[in-house]
Amino acid sequence: MAIQTLDRPASGTRTSPELRQPRKKMTAGKVAAVVAAALIAVLWLVPFAWATATAFKTETDAAAPKVSWLPPSGLTPEAFVKVFQDGNIPLWTWNSLYTSAAITVITLVISALVAYALSRIDFKGKKVLMTVIIASIIVPPPVLIIPLFYQMLALHMIDTPWAIILPQVIHPAMVFVLKKFFDQIPRELEEAAVMDGASRMRIFTQIILPLSRPILAAVAIFVFIGAWNNFLWPFIATNDGALLTLPVGLQTIKSAYGIQYAQNMASALLAALPLILVFLFFQRQIIKGVATTGLAGT
Amino acid sequence: MSSSLAARRSPGSLTRSNLSGWGFAAPFLVFFLVFLVWPLLYGVYMSFTGKSLTGANDSLIGFANYAEALADAGMWRSLGNTLYFTVISTVPLVVVALVMAALLNVGLPAQWLWRLSYFAPYLLASTVVSLFFTWMYNPQLGLINDALATIGIPEVAWLNDPNVAMWAIVIATLWWTVGFNFLLYLAAMQNIPHQHYEAASLDGAGAWRQFFSITLPQLAPTTVMIVLLQVLASLKIFDQVYQMTAGGPAGSTRPVVQYIFETGFTGYRLGYSAAISYIFFGLIVLVSVIQFVITRRRSA
Repeated sequence: MAIQTLDRPASGTRTSPELRQPRKKMTAGKVAAVVAAALIAVLWLVPFAWATATAFKTETDAAAPKVSWLPPSGLTPEAFVKVFQDGNIPLWTWNSLYTSAAITVITLVISALVAYALSRIDFKGKKVLMTVIIASIIVPPPVLIIPLFYQMLALHMIDTPWAIILPQVIHPAMVFVLKKFFDQIPRELEEAAVMDGASRMRIFTQIILPLSRPILAAVAIFVFIGAWNNFLWPFIATNDGALLTLPVGLQTIKSAYGIQYAQNMASALLAALPLILVFLFFQRQIIKGVATTGLAGT
Repeated sequence: MSSSLAARRSPGSLTRSNLSGWGFAAPFLVFFLVFLVWPLLYGVYMSFTGKSLTGANDSLIGFANYAEALADAGMWRSLGNTLYFTVISTVPLVVVALVMAALLNVGLPAQWLWRLSYFAPYLLASTVVSLFFTWMYNPQLGLINDALATIGIPEVAWLNDPNVAMWAIVIATLWWTVGFNFLLYLAAMQNIPHQHYEAASLDGAGAWRQFFSITLPQLAPTTVMIVLLQVLASLKIFDQVYQMTAGGPAGSTRPVVQYIFETGFTGYRLGYSAAISYIFFGLIVLVSVIQFVITRRRSA
């Protein structure tokens, strides 16, 4: 069912009911819906707004017992300046960026390869492999933290980027999503290439992959968001301050800055900014990607 | 489809297929075996030892860890907290998502604006969410108590009151992740064939009627999936609790994943911690099986 979303023409997500249904004039019900939707939207935006208002205050104003949106001594970017001078946020952002990118690339490559085998190649043990991969979807990551940490110690990977990256590249649910998509690609498209004696790898890279761009993008988005925001495993796998990812680094500022609310909020907003910006630019792809891969499990 | 393949298959091609099949699977398999299967099995072994981070006591101690865990009030309390959170978070996380999607599906203008506001929090790291909410929950300086004061509600000690803290975490979690379920619902609603509504309109069914007699029944499979995924996600609760209350006050919010984490990394008892991990895993499997049976019965 989830895959269906992708079969729609590119304008699919825009085909909201207002376009499909004969346009009626604003009924009382519709007005009520707008009001309710707006009310929820305001509630949902308040935390962002309040964090922003706090971040632009002086520390004294931020800690004033009387809550105010516009503080007595005006707005100031000094909290942001301090946080930047501190240098941690840019470092953590970089760490999050390259580890998440590596996780996404490795996941895509290994998952697409195995999904292709499961979809197209007849090989001995395929059923067993498929069953094992699907069954493994059920394993909750927290169950693995203890043995995985011990294993990483043994491999001398603790406090290296590999400790963050490697355990995060296994996404059995995404293998399943890719396999289901490959299954839907008509085999006739490959027949000609097979006649010409093209190798499996060529068929995979030159026929299957180009046709699978939407699903690859969806999987990439899903994996990237997950990796970018993952807390528990990077928190365990790194003690070295130079390796902290954004979510883990942020956890340390509470104790470091104490009650410096403006700086706390400035840091949180700066950490939130990259993905929010990406979302503003690629809203449709991201929404489609989440809707497509979401039901496959996290 | 497989018949056309079989027709093409000549002697020897199966061996070649075997080779290329496992060849394509190999890179994934290596990671899968090293970082999932091996730790999963090794964890079982660890759970039968007295392994600790401080010194080596690798000797097998049988079921001692499991016996201790079953008599450990701390473990039961944390399991209880996890289950409590799962129950009280799943309902709003599904219902509010449904309401959001239904409102938008009425055909509101500026769709992107609503989607952005409802979904944006899902893009935040747990730590960002925790910083936002810890600040808003601040009893004296926080925005929430200030707003409540204007309507005459006395100060609430959100994260410091054992009776309230878990609800405070549920509210933060709702704000953070409901957008995900909302998107799933929205996509499902837009896949409902339009003719259903046209027919109902001709029969004179109003919007309200249509929602209950068409939309909701059509969404039933989606709802089952969302509930299933949400329960499994809620059972893994750790991040926001650890960051906002560290399990307190007085252990009232400590989830089982935090108990595993603390037993292993603060208490250094890896073997014991592994045993609790597998009790937790058993719970997840049990819940999955129950849900699987329910869904099977529904669709049968």
